Amino acid sequence: MKNRENLACEFIGIKSINPFWLASAPPTDKAYNVIRAFKAGWGGVVWKTLGEDPAPINVSSRYGVHYGQNRQVVGFNNIELITDRPLQVNLDEITQVKKDWPDRVIIVSLMVPCEEQSWKNILPRVEATGADGIELNFGCPHGMPERGMGAAVGQVPEYIEMVTRWCKQYCSLPVIVKLTPNITDVRKPAEAAWRGGADAVSLINTINSITSVNLDTMSPEPSVDGKGTHGGYCGSAVKPIALSMVSEIARNPETSTLPISGIGGVSNWRDAAEFIALGASNVQVCTAAMLYGFTIIDELCDGLSDWMEKKGYKNISDFSRMAIPNTTDWKHLNMNYKRIAYINEDACIKCGRCFAACEDTSHQAILKTGDIDNRKYTVIEDECVGCNLCEITCPEPNAIVMKDIDTGEPHLSWLNHPANPFKETL
Amino acid sequence: MTITHDIKSNRLLDVEIIDNFSDMTPPLTDKQVLVASERCLFCYDAPCIEACPTGINIPLFIRKINTGNAHGAAKEILSANILGGSCARVCPTETLCEQACVRNSCEEAPVEIGRLQRYAVDHLDKDMPYPFTRAKETGKHVAVVGAGPAGLACAHQLSRNGHQVTIYEAANKSGGLNEYGIALYKLVDNYAQKEVDFVLELGGIEIKYQQALGRDVSLSQLREKYDAVFISIGMSDVNALNIPGEDSAGVEDSVAYISDLRQEKSLANLPVGRRVIVIGAGMTAIDIAVQSKKLGAENVTIVYRRSLSDMGASEHEQELALKNGVQFICNAQPKQIIADNSGVTAMEFTKTKCDEKGKLTLTQDIFSLPCDVVFKAIGQKFSSSPFGENTANKPALDKRGRIAVNDSYQTSFPDVFAGGDCIDGKDLVVEAVDHGNKAALAIHQQLSGLISPQQKQL
Repeated sequence: MKNRENLACEFIGIKSINPFWLASAPPTDKAYNVIRAFKAGWGGVVWKTLGEDPAPINVSSRYGVHYGQNRQVVGFNNIELITDRPLQVNLDEITQVKKDWPDRVIIVSLMVPCEEQSWKNILPRVEATGADGIELNFGCPHGMPERGMGAAVGQVPEYIEMVTRWCKQYCSLPVIVKLTPNITDVRKPAEAAWRGGADAVSLINTINSITSVNLDTMSPEPSVDGKGTHGGYCGSAVKPIALSMVSEIARNPETSTLPISGIGGVSNWRDAAEFIALGASNVQVCTAAMLYGFTIIDELCDGLSDWMEKKGYKNISDFSRMAIPNTTDWKHLNMNYKRIAYINEDACIKCGRCFAACEDTSHQAILKTGDIDNRKYTVIEDECVGCNLCEITCPEPNAIVMKDIDTGEPHLSWLNHPANPFKETL
Repeated sequence: MTITHDIKSNRLLDVEIIDNFSDMTPPLTDKQVLVASERCLFCYDAPCIEACPTGINIPLFIRKINTGNAHGAAKEILSANILGGSCARVCPTETLCEQACVRNSCEEAPVEIGRLQRYAVDHLDKDMPYPFTRAKETGKHVAVVGAGPAGLACAHQLSRNGHQVTIYEAANKSGGLNEYGIALYKLVDNYAQKEVDFVLELGGIEIKYQQALGRDVSLSQLREKYDAVFISIGMSDVNALNIPGEDSAGVEDSVAYISDLRQEKSLANLPVGRRVIVIGAGMTAIDIAVQSKKLGAENVTIVYRRSLSDMGASEHEQELALKNGVQFICNAQPKQIIADNSGVTAMEFTKTKCDEKGKLTLTQDIFSLPCDVVFKAIGQKFSSSPFGENTANKPALDKRGRIAVNDSYQTSFPDVFAGGDCIDGKDLVVEAVDHGNKAALAIHQQLSGLISPQQKQL
């Protein structure tokens, strides 16, 4: 197997053989799974959330799916609670696995009631396992919030700060605060974690969701005896939301030095690289492993390692946050920049999707000529606003390309734009 | 010593023959349908629609299948083509909708439109109301001659518009070539009759069997009795080889043989030659060659005077023949059939040459091929004999000798329309349906007074 030394990295002082950890979820619920993951090559795991005994009881029928046209899983959700095994069983297994796999990272996810004593009780027991750190589950959107935990804490920045402070006070392990996306401005809870002394944040947790309704029984899915509840949505569908939230925290001056573990629909090496470029130092994966098994780690490592080598990045930190300077507010975008679509006739298969999209829903910038046997689509350059819709709808990878047009105009943002009644004078 | 005249029944066991004649293209499974339907790009101005003679909105029906609405997909298909079920099975889709599919461009694999169409029509929900209704009775009555695809489509459309229809069918069953001409393994399970039943379920259509035009009823009688007449009598004659020995025992007409085969309850009973020669290059040639193999013929050779690429049968059909062990000999023109008192023993051919302009010349090279049976499959032709000798009762014919029609499928008689194989065209089921549909529209407009009978010129 290929040497992947360039993937070795350090996150808040914790060394990892690669930046891929399994997120706190069913894949990391017990020693059996975790050992299989380590054997497959995962750098670390965040052990599925521990809580106080008695452990919760889960319902039957737990996941609901959102399919694409050909049964490909776009995303799915779950209504599972935190671990349903006794605390001591988990602690013993963590201790043993960490002992057997010293070069792999074990972070323990925790969720106990929002009372100081509860945290004070559990933290020393976790620390005694030899685990590398803890992650505070302030994100679980279903079930646990009804008991005053999970997202119920994560949605109140003051609680986040308070609990984080307790954790730093009663244990010496690095503390990662896992954030919920079910909130208006994700920068606020991140700032609270920072004030509480968190070593890092991880995000996103799953998103409030109902994946579908059974139209015969009129029950939301997943259906438990004819009734359903909202669950936590995950999978590649949530990646764009997660990327945006990660970048917001990385761009926020208040939290710009706060390390981030990126989570949310990471399905391949490219997704991972994007998270890292937008502010994450490593990534956590769950759904992709739940859909394909642990062996995807080979694709993740190999793809990322080769890409880094090709780009000349010696290690993860070489390209970490590289896209942040290019992530800005709308008002700073160059209004004199122009791009237009170009249809490469040789690659065009004449499906007309671009025409339908542009003609019906955009700027009527595509011309359709010729009869059925000599169909030709061309861009009316003067009408094209460079919206990318045609390129997006086109099923052929190289048939439509967006080309930069040199307008010869200097950079001009909305802030300085003549049409802006509140423009700033240069 | 070679056995000659080796023609006999039961060359294969019943079970083998049943297996050989089972559905050639089995239905797609639900999962296959999901994969196949997902590939449709929902093209704008989709070329597949253009390529379908009946203009079925293919992207729309495929989208309906993909969203779990196969019943809606079936309605979409049947509203454009009431015989969409048999067309899905017998259409040469590789030269029609699937050839036009844009997925051919980069992937060289079209969306499986034919098989998806079959899935949809097969999944028409029988618990739902019949998908078509009849308009208020107009009091008009139309005669349709021939219950083949064109006649059935025309009758269905006319009845939907509120007209009464009486179909005169020469045979014992309706369906036309779907019943008597299509290779059995393309249309299994008595499908043609099931489809006829579905057409008739609309109501307003009566079929009179064993009523042949020119024998049991004349065109002038029909014109007198009905408000309009639609003729869809197909082609009743076959071309001849016009070579010595053609009348020998063992020289068979493919169309007649296939018709017998289609009606035979126990296929093993059919007499089959050991060594079979098929003369021809179209679909019928492929059909008879493949069916002979499937019945147990040892050696089947299609002989054609031009090259493979000139054959009327598509590449797909040629592949089917090769897969079934049929051999091809190209550039060979029939010279004579050699026979003794008991029948054919061999056939002689002259090798041909084709120049750049496509002109065929005979060479000096002559060869002989021993055989027990020779099938002629060199095309059918229209016979105008059902109209009788009196030109006053005979619609005008076109250059090819078929019934001449205008854009509205109207013949030289303003109240008489025609469609299907008895007019000029590609002789496809789907095209016949198109003729029937369009003629029905023209008849309806005429009967409703929307268009005057003499308005259109031939």
